[in-house]
Amino acid sequence: MSGWRLDEGGLIDRSRTIGFGFDGRRYQGHPGDTLASALLAAGVGIVGRSFKYHRPRGVMSAGVEEAGALVTVGAGARRDPNVRATAVELFDGLEAHGQHAWPSVRFDLGAIAGLFSRFIPAGFYYKTFMGPGRGTGAWMLYERAIRRSAGMGAASREPDPDTYETTHAHCDVLVAGSGPAGLEAALAAAEAGLRVIVAEQDFALGGALLWESEPVGENSPADWRSARVEALQRSDRVTCLPRTTVFGLYDGGVAGMLERVTDHLAEPWPDLPRHRLWIVRAKQTIVATGALERTIAFGNNDRPGVMLADAARSYARRFGVAAGRRAVVATDNDSGYRAAIDLARAGIEVAALLDSRERSPEGPAAELKRIGIPVRHGTVPVQAAGRAAVRRLRVGRRTGRQVRAADWIECDLVAVSGGWSPVVHLASHRGSRPVYDDSLAAFMPGPIDEPVHVAGAAAGIWRVEDCVHSGRAAGNIAARALGRSAPEPELPSPGGWSLAIRPVWEVRVDGQGAKRFVDPQNDVTTADIRLAHREGFASAEHLKRYTTLGMAADQGKVGNVIGLAILAEAAGRPIAETGTTTFRPPYTPVTLGTLAGRGCGPHFRPTRRTPMDRWHRQRGAVMTDAGLWQRPWYYPRDGEDLATAYVREARAVRGGVGLCDVSTLGKIAVQGPDAGAFLDRVYVNGFSGLAAGRARYGVMLRDDGIVMDDGTVWRLAETDFFVTTTTANAATVLAWLEELLETRWPELRVCVTAVTEQWAGMAVAGPRARDVLAAVIEEIDLSDAAFPFMAVRDGRVAGAPCRVARLSFSGELAYEVMVPADHGEAMCAALWRAAEPVGGVLYGLEALGALRIEKGHVAGQELDGRTTLDDLGLGGMASSSKPFIGDVLRKRPEFARPDRQRLVGIVPVDRARTLHAGAILCAPEKVAGHGEGWVSSVTFSPELGHWIGLALISGGLEAWRDRIAVAADPVRGSDVEVEIVAPRFVDPEGSRLHG
Amino acid sequence: MLRIPCPFCGERDHAEFSYGGDATVAWPAVGETDPRTWYEAVFLRDNPRGPHREYWHHVHGCRMWLVVERDTLTHEIAGARPAHPDLAALLREKAAT
Repeated sequence: MSGWRLDEGGLIDRSRTIGFGFDGRRYQGHPGDTLASALLAAGVGIVGRSFKYHRPRGVMSAGVEEAGALVTVGAGARRDPNVRATAVELFDGLEAHGQHAWPSVRFDLGAIAGLFSRFIPAGFYYKTFMGPGRGTGAWMLYERAIRRSAGMGAASREPDPDTYETTHAHCDVLVAGSGPAGLEAALAAAEAGLRVIVAEQDFALGGALLWESEPVGENSPADWRSARVEALQRSDRVTCLPRTTVFGLYDGGVAGMLERVTDHLAEPWPDLPRHRLWIVRAKQTIVATGALERTIAFGNNDRPGVMLADAARSYARRFGVAAGRRAVVATDNDSGYRAAIDLARAGIEVAALLDSRERSPEGPAAELKRIGIPVRHGTVPVQAAGRAAVRRLRVGRRTGRQVRAADWIECDLVAVSGGWSPVVHLASHRGSRPVYDDSLAAFMPGPIDEPVHVAGAAAGIWRVEDCVHSGRAAGNIAARALGRSAPEPELPSPGGWSLAIRPVWEVRVDGQGAKRFVDPQNDVTTADIRLAHREGFASAEHLKRYTTLGMAADQGKVGNVIGLAILAEAAGRPIAETGTTTFRPPYTPVTLGTLAGRGCGPHFRPTRRTPMDRWHRQRGAVMTDAGLWQRPWYYPRDGEDLATAYVREARAVRGGVGLCDVSTLGKIAVQGPDAGAFLDRVYVNGFSGLAAGRARYGVMLRDDGIVMDDGTVWRLAETDFFVTTTTANAATVLAWLEELLETRWPELRVCVTAVTEQWAGMAVAGPRARDVLAAVIEEIDLSDAAFPFMAVRDGRVAGAPCRVARLSFSGELAYEVMVPADHGEAMCAALWRAAEPVGGVLYGLEALGALRIEKGHVAGQELDGRTTLDDLGLGGMASSSKPFIGDVLRKRPEFARPDRQRLVGIVPVDRARTLHAGAILCAPEKVAGHGEGWVSSVTFSPELGHWIGLALISGGLEAWRDRIAVAADPVRGSDVEVEIVAPRFVDPEGSRLHG
Repeated sequence: MLRIPCPFCGERDHAEFSYGGDATVAWPAVGETDPRTWYEAVFLRDNPRGPHREYWHHVHGCRMWLVVERDTLTHEIAGARPAHPDLAALLREKAAT
């Protein structure tokens, strides 16, 4: 194959030259070229090596269906493997490399694999390396070697340096494709006053009109295209999006589209995203995605120089490139004639047109005669010859079902048309099963029960003018469906060739052993398909999995139907009964970055900060993630590490006083005449009897009797409650309360409002807590008698109103002070001014955890959606005088089993040992399997001077009193003997609370 | 993407909602003491093929709980109403006048 740039013609800008590199060599092309057209123009024949046999591969098509010219584009962090050279827009400085070859695509040592190809048929790897006696271990060993020798390009392992974004859009009509049908449909819809989006995967609008020579009415296809495109671009109701692929159609008229924003730019403006994901909600969708030409499975039909006929035509007419010097066109339908005519007109010698049929369509036949191209009827391609590229083609005469090999024709380009397959993918995404049409030898889009209309070649309409009518009809149908006035649609019927296609799927000649490829990308041959059928893989879906037919980047766009036809023949049933595999999104590959959009790195999820965030950071807090929240973890002094800092902080709380930000607690206002009754139903303990000005600890269950959350409820007034939840469950609890009030108990007059963001809260804990409050809180009598444990009072701090409750998570004398969020910093500063001089500390999440574990308070680690009240030792809280959610099912016999895992405390037998959360608790005589329980929370206890933990263990304390268990940690490789103790390590009587 | 016609906000992407389970379940009164009744309400679900009623919570919108009629086979959504019966009745009255 020896392509060259024609002297004239094409939609390229010959006044400008751009340079690019392929496999380290420098080449030149023009704006308007694709990488494939520029490589062809430069005479580059071998672009890559095949997947399994390392056969040389060149450009086979001119579009997204490419299965041969797969290259790696870019370098370093921007290296993209398996890119179809036919769909890469050329730009100055583009660097591309051939794939899967060493040392180069022109001379590849791996090609030796091809010599042994008869020993690696379909399923070879599975049969050889898996199966009885070999086991998965052996497979995993071999797989590494197999993956190295068979494969495609390698992706970059560096972080993606580009940005991506998501955009949302609404329109009346979305048109996928901008060929004759798409342009006309868009115009019809716009003329009816509708808002239209036209998405075109190519960088130029026009589809096949970019190279079509068949006139549209009185106009040349080029003029017609320009007029339509201009009209659309003038309309303020139409958005035209080139370089944008509709990759999937989803429920509710939603389309997913990928826009390639900067891939074609040599020096993109740095603020532009590389790709943009469009999520479009369209009231009506018109699928005008065209059709893809099929190849024919003849010997060595994968050699560089064998190309789809329409692709050769498009290189000549759109890119001004001759794909070869001497061509043979092989066809089984009328479309090959136009290819032969256009190639000859462009200046390429056409040695012959082979038509598998016995007759020619009249008009084109006369034209060929005038040009002087010999037509050979009943003739098919048998075998291409030439090591690196086609040098000649052997043809065969067809008599009945038999083919007899005949003479050789010298040529370097074989332009093949095995018929056309409508692009039914998008319709299939909506659950419409393609239907095989025998007369067109094509799968047609099936009926669709949604506002999705297929037009043009995608509906099996072959003539350009019919495609225009079909597009107009689709636009009118959409307009009428949306209540606009539009003419009665006139639908052209599918087809349009003057002579029927006589499909040639495969050409087999006795004694001719050259491989006949169905799916060149995966090196699947016709022999592989027959083998798969003989071995029992009789359905299209099984065939795909066994042979890999139709997988990878091109998803079988060129080869699938041939494969199905050969399977159908082998099985002795019609193609219609064999069916196709299911087409799923995406139509063409979508970069993962596009799907992630801006949602990566720090924007992977929202960040929530408390009103005192800045204040903590100014005081040196090290922050940590707590769900979406950023919370102070610890406040290191003089180079302290975490372990030193939190121990100091916790010790200071128990010895003096500490301040901790508790703003992240979920806070819900529960208000209304029935608020008390509502809370009685939601919590296991009662609240309607709680006096105003008092708070109570509460636990709520799920319907199934499992603990959902815990927190405190403050009664501010008869009808006004303030509920706190754990930080982690704030959203869940709010949604749950809303659900109950709206779906289950609509008669309750209660309103719930999320007020988490409205209140800033600080815990003041430690024996000196009262002194600190006394210095800054106004209007509250803090004496024990006036403000007892679990009381709630309103006052003022730092000039703002505040709400104070005497609650304790640490087990010390403690208060929670809440102020409106805007006053959070001022409150903090005021409290700190009072606390710092008396040796107070700021304490973070780690010290908070240490203090609560010392007290045996449960938290998220223990409330893990598997534990019941009794498991946690909280059974006594449950009221027996009122019904509440979960009360009936918490009494299930299964939950009363004596071997239920229950909350206990653990301490290492050797007090010097460290404990790890997540360790498995086992009986010492059987350290194996799932053990008897697990360690949920651990900390070094500053009070006790050694490690302690909370755990859940079968039978609880009763079963394990005075026994030793082993905390086995196979992951971190340490086993620690532990004593099982009551889960209260510090002040078990709770006397400090009342200090 | 499903498009759910929220009676308060209009038609919105399902990404704004969270699924809230089967809306055909008859929940026992909170005072019901029969474990069997609770067991059936909590654990037993039909898996209908075709039209179905389910709860959706417009959690990133108006935060209302809705009853959505969805065809489990085609994903077609026939309609949505407030889960709260008084609100649903109010909207019906308004629509009638």
